[in-house]
Amino acid sequence: MPSTDQPPTLSAPPPLLDVEGLSVSFGSLNILNGVSFRLAPGETLGIVGESGSGKSMTALALMRLLPRGGRVTATRLQLAGEDILSASESRLESLRGARMGMIFQEPMTALNPVLTVGEQIAETARRHLNVSRAESRNRAIEALRRVGIPSPEQRIDDYPHHMSGGMRQRVMIAMALICQPQLLIADEPTTALDVTIQAQILDLMLDLQDEYHMGIIFISHDLGVVSAFTDRVMIMYLGQVLEEATANDIFTHPRHPYTEALLASIPELEGEPTRLNAIRGTVPPIHDLPPGCRFAPRCDHMRPVCETARPMLIPVGADHSAACIRNTDYRFP
Amino acid sequence: MTGTPDPLLSVRGLRKEFLTGSSGGLKKRRRILAVDDISFDIGVGETLGLVGESGCGKTTTGRLILRLVEPTAGSVTFDGTDILSLPPAEMRALRRRMQIVFQDPFGSLNPRMTVGELIVEPLVVHGVGDPVTRERKLRDLLDRVGLSIWQAGRFPHEMSGGQRQRVCIARALALAPALLVLDEAVSALDVSVQAQTLNLLSDLRRDLGLTYLFISHDLGVVHHISDRVAVMYLGQIVEIGARRAIFEAPAHPYTQALLNSVPSARKGRKSFFTIEGDVPSPANPPPGCRFHTRCPIAVAQCRTDPPRLRALADGREVSCHLAKAPPKGASP
Ligand SMILES: Nc1ncnc2c1ncn2[C@@H]1O[C@H](COP(=O)(O)OP(=O)(O)OP(=O)(O)O)[C@@H](O)[C@H]1O
Ligand SMILES: Nc1ncnc2c1ncn2[C@@H]1O[C@H](COP(=O)(O)OP(=O)(O)O)[C@@H](O)[C@H]1O
Ligand code: SF4
Ligand SMILES: [Mg+2]
Ligand SMILES: [Mg+2]
Repeated sequence: MPSTDQPPTLSAPPPLLDVEGLSVSFGSLNILNGVSFRLAPGETLGIVGESGSGKSMTALALMRLLPRGGRVTATRLQLAGEDILSASESRLESLRGARMGMIFQEPMTALNPVLTVGEQIAETARRHLNVSRAESRNRAIEALRRVGIPSPEQRIDDYPHHMSGGMRQRVMIAMALICQPQLLIADEPTTALDVTIQAQILDLMLDLQDEYHMGIIFISHDLGVVSAFTDRVMIMYLGQVLEEATANDIFTHPRHPYTEALLASIPELEGEPTRLNAIRGTVPPIHDLPPGCRFAPRCDHMRPVCETARPMLIPVGADHSAACIRNTDYRFP
Repeated sequence: MTGTPDPLLSVRGLRKEFLTGSSGGLKKRRRILAVDDISFDIGVGETLGLVGESGCGKTTTGRLILRLVEPTAGSVTFDGTDILSLPPAEMRALRRRMQIVFQDPFGSLNPRMTVGELIVEPLVVHGVGDPVTRERKLRDLLDRVGLSIWQAGRFPHEMSGGQRQRVCIARALALAPALLVLDEAVSALDVSVQAQTLNLLSDLRRDLGLTYLFISHDLGVVHHISDRVAVMYLGQIVEIGARRAIFEAPAHPYTQALLNSVPSARKGRKSFFTIEGDVPSPANPPPGCRFHTRCPIAVAQCRTDPPRLRALADGREVSCHLAKAPPKGASP
C-alpha cells in the first residue's frame, strides 16, 4: 500500500514493534517457529493463515498472555524500544491497556457479563489513567460516542448481552482504545459479524487509526478483508511464516506456492465461475510435521529436495520475502 | 412470476412465526416473524442460492421446506406433491428424497458411531437394502465424496472439519435424494478445504443431477455455486433472479449494500462503503419497507407502504418502490 513512511534507516527511531525469532512451545510441541517482523507507528500488519497456523498464538505471545504451559522465546521482542520479554508481570500489566490494546473475535469472551459496559470501560480508564470515578464515566461516554454508539449516555448502563454483536465489538474497541495505546492487536475482530456490520467496524478502525496513529496487527483468515485493510501481510502455515510483503505485492505477485494456492481457492464475486483450484489434502497435525518444507505434501511445485530440506524465509524482492526453494539458485536435479 | 416451468420445489406464501419467552411468566411473550410470506421455485438440477445476514430467516426457510418445523402458513410442493398435507408415514417416505446438510459437521454426527456406520445409518433407518448391498453402497458413497474405505472405521473426532463435512454429505446422499438443502455447509471450513468441498458439490450435482437450495451468508461462495439467487432481509425475499443479474447489476438497495460491503482480495482498496445501523429486531420489524431504516435512498412512501415483489424488465424480481431495471451491461 502506498505510504509516506520511509523504510527504516540507521538513524530512524526504533520501530513500534520489533520482533525477531519469536517462538512458542508447549512442552515438546513447537507451535510457533522463529517469527520475525517490524511494525511502524500508523502501520497495519495483516497476519493470515488457516485454522491452527499460529495467528492467535503470535498475538498472545506479543501480549505475553499465553495460556498456562506456553513458553515464549525470542532473540528480540521490543515495544517502542522496551524489552517485553524480560518485563516483570506488573510492568506487563500496565503496558497492556495503556500501550497495547487487544480486541478479539467474540467480544462476549472478553467482556464481563455481570458488569455494565460503562463500568468496564471506566474501570480500564481508572486503572491506567489515574482519573476520578466521575471523570472515568465521562471518558467512557465519550469513548462510546467516538466508536459510534448512539445515545451513549443511555447505552453506557447496558449489559453486554443486551447489545448486538456489532455494538459489542464497538464497546471492545472503545475499551481497547480508552488509553490511546500505540499498538492495537485485533484477532479476527470482524469474523463473527455480518458483512455490512463488518464494513462499519473496519471503517471505524481506519478512522481511529488515522486519529491516533496507532500500529495495528490485524489477524484474519479472510484474504479479502486483509487485502483491503492492511499495509503489509504475513502468511502463516503450521507455526511458520511462509511469505511476507506489502499487501499489494502479496495479492498481485505472490511468490510462495501456498499463497498462490490460497488466492486461487477463493470464489470470486464476479465473472463466470470456474472450477476452484483447491489445495489438495489437509493441514497436517502440528505434532506430525513434514520433515522438509511444511507445505511440501500439498504443493504442486514440490521437488524431492523439498521433502528433506526446510527452506528459509529469504528476500525475493524489495520488501518481499518467501520461504520456498523455487526462489533460490538451487538447481533442480 | 417466481415461476419456473416444471419446478422440483415450489414454495408459496411461506410464513413462520415463533413465540418466545415463557407463557404466564412476567416476561411478555414475543412474536418473531422469522419467515414472512416468501415464494420461489427451484427447477430440476438447478441451484438456488439463499443469502442474507444472520437472523434473516435462511435456516428457518430450509427447515420449513423439509418440514422439520411446521409452517404458520403457506405451501410447499415437492415434485408435484403438497408436502404440508401429507400424513406422517408418507412424509417419512418423501423425506428420503430431500436431505439437509448443516454447518457444524461435529454437532450433527453421533460421536460414538464410526464413519461407516454413520453413512449407512439412513439406509438402515429406512430399511433399504441388506448388509451386502449396504456395504457396496458405502464404498460407492465414500468414493463419491473423496474418502477412503479405511476411513470407514474412524470416529468423527479423528477427522478434520472438511472430512467430517464429507461424511455428512455422504450420509445425505445415501438415500439418493433429488433435493439437497445445504445450510452454511461450507461456512466453517478453511478456505482450502472450502474450495475442495465446493468442487465436490459441483461434481455431485453434475454426476447425480442433484438440485440444491444453497444457504449461505458468504456472497462469494453463493456466486460460485448458484444459478439463481434470492436475497433475504428480515424474513422476506427482497430480490430474486439469475446470478448474473443479481451480482452484476443488483437492483435492490440492500443487495447493493451487501455487495459493496464485501472487501475483495482482487480489488484491494482501503475504504469500506457501508450502510448505517443494525438489522432491526424481527420481533418488532419496521412498518413500510423493512429496509427503510437503513436504506440510503428511502422516501416518505417507504416508511408507511410495504413494497411488494415485482418483476423488472430483465425477469428478476425486486421488492422496492424505487428500484428500476439497470441499463444493459451496467454494473454497480
Ligand atoms: N493451550 C494450548 N496448548 C497446546 N497447544 C495449543 C494451545 N492452544 C493452541 N494450541 C495449538 O497451537 C497452534 C496454533 O494455534 P492458534 O490458536 O494460534 O491458531 P490460529 O491460527 O489462531 O487458528 P484459528 O484460525 O483457528 O483461530 C494449534 O496447533 C493449536 O492446536
Ligand atoms: N426455534 C426458534 N424459536 C424462536 N425463534 C427462532 C427459532 N428459530 C429461529 N428463530 C428466530 O427466527 C429468526 C430467523 O432465524 P434463522 O432462520 O435461524 O436465520 P438465519 O439462518 O438467516 O441466520 C431469528 O430472529 C431467530 O432468532
Ligand atoms: S422501498 Fe424504499 S426503503 Fe425500501 S429499499 Fe426501496 S427505496 Fe429503500
Ligand atoms: Mg485464532
Ligand atoms: Mg442459519
